[in-house]
Amino acid sequence: MTEPVSPYPGLQRAGARLPVDEYSRRLWDRRWFVIAYSSASNSVGYERSFLGQAWQLLTPMLNIAVYYLIFGLLLHTNRGVGNYIAFLTVGVFFFSFCTTSLVSGSRSITQNLGLVRALQFPRAVLPISTTLMALLQLLYSLVVMVPILLLSGEPLRAQWLELVPAVALQSMFCLGLALAVARIGARVPDTTQVLPFVSRVWMYASGVMYSVQAFVTGHGWVSTILTGNPGYVYLALARHALLIGSPATPRTWLLATAWAVGTLAVSYLYFWRGEEVYGNV
Amino acid sequence: MSEPGRDALASAPGTPSVPERGEPTVVVDDVHLTYRIIGKTQRGGAAAALRRIVLREAAPGQRSVHAVRGVSLTACRGEAIGLIGPNGSGKSTLLRAIAGLMAPSRGVVWTRGQASLLGVSAAMMGAMSGDQNILLGCLAIGMTPAEIVEEYDAICDFAGIGKFVHLPMNTYSSGMGARLRFAIAAARAPEILLIDEALATGDANFRRRSEKRILELREKAGTVFLVSHGLGIIRETCTRAIWLEKGKILLDGSADSVVDAYQKRHDPRNRKAIRPDTKSGVNARVYTEPSAI
Repeated sequence: MTEPVSPYPGLQRAGARLPVDEYSRRLWDRRWFVIAYSSASNSVGYERSFLGQAWQLLTPMLNIAVYYLIFGLLLHTNRGVGNYIAFLTVGVFFFSFCTTSLVSGSRSITQNLGLVRALQFPRAVLPISTTLMALLQLLYSLVVMVPILLLSGEPLRAQWLELVPAVALQSMFCLGLALAVARIGARVPDTTQVLPFVSRVWMYASGVMYSVQAFVTGHGWVSTILTGNPGYVYLALARHALLIGSPATPRTWLLATAWAVGTLAVSYLYFWRGEEVYGNV
Repeated sequence: MSEPGRDALASAPGTPSVPERGEPTVVVDDVHLTYRIIGKTQRGGAAAALRRIVLREAAPGQRSVHAVRGVSLTACRGEAIGLIGPNGSGKSTLLRAIAGLMAPSRGVVWTRGQASLLGVSAAMMGAMSGDQNILLGCLAIGMTPAEIVEEYDAICDFAGIGKFVHLPMNTYSSGMGARLRFAIAAARAPEILLIDEALATGDANFRRRSEKRILELREKAGTVFLVSHGLGIIRETCTRAIWLEKGKILLDGSADSVVDAYQKRHDPRNRKAIRPDTKSGVNARVYTEPSAI
């Protein structure tokens, strides 16, 4: 669709989508709104519970406990893993960054429809906010993660700093994911029902509670697909940074970068192309 | 496609009753707007819903609303236009189309500069304190942190909520909440101002102040659209009024003439007096044949 030329000098079409560079500039102008809105929504989200924001940490801790009981103690999927509790903790927290971005991103337009129908701003603000909230949650979870790592015998090393580029790449990927599902979720409301199922399948495919290498090495294409999937890749980087004996190959870094840049670039354009109709859903 | 709007533009300055009209700021050109409503009330429960999917029957929960049905108008600098009409006549949807918040399904809206709706309530959160909400609301309407620091005291004074500014907003009385929302929303003067029922808030004292503020905004803004059921407010503050009925323009003319006709039509004692008086407003234009009114 090409932009129609205005028949009236000085008048522009209302709600016309801006060129992508101007759109990005406006988006950057809204950075303070993104930060304020994310942190406000984050604290308001737990308003109606006694324990409040503590649930941000309690939920993944309970998940870790359940997974440890079932997968570690009952099913013994801890094959090929030295420090299983640390392995599991890193897996659960970092993977939930992906799934939270996915699920909350898909609702970012529909849950803020009042805002979309009242104020003019680049709509990408909304999926960016939900992703930022998920990132904040990951950073909060370090409060729980670091003691678990140290108590389970992982030494504090300089290599932990590799977490910074790893999380940066994962954030780019998660943002791309959120932008894509935000547009889909705005158009098809049933996305919200499908995504929890998708993220469950994805979780089992990404080796959150078992070592993909120990289980599927030698299965040829299955192993290639599983170890190439972004969920596995970002977990591999996080574990590489935090756990002893979890080497990351240059291939892992390359894949992580490719997924991050590719997903973000494609999804950003995809989301931007839908900009004009987010108020109509 | 753009013919009706062009006609409106060409004919508008020629009408004798309005002494001088500025340059056009908003041209609404044969706009239709349909939006989907996804209903939650599907009869028959889950099994019936699944059966409908398998048999490819249309889901009864999904329907679309044709809220605006072919509206054309031209607004000029210096005009304050009141939109009146019964509930569901498409007034708010038309405002959203002018603001570019909802895309017309047919037709185009042209504006000189950005049209902005007055209202920030969607960005505000009841659990947060008043001052946090001032920050949030001001950022939402596009103010920079520096501008907010500058305007903060003025907003607090205007809202007149005193020490309550540090308490969560859901502890406010409804009047206090409305005052704070209005104070934030009115902190910035857009080029084209769209107001949707924002005036009927607060006590008499605040209403006076908010009306004064609206007048100030009106002077700064080139053009104002006001949706209100308060016909007195339309008479007092608007130079022109447009009567919408079922998504179409029924009457467009001077505020007094259109409001007179509207009151005649909706006066319960006078059900049959439905013909709008076209003589009292010289540029009044009747869009619908009398039988359909």
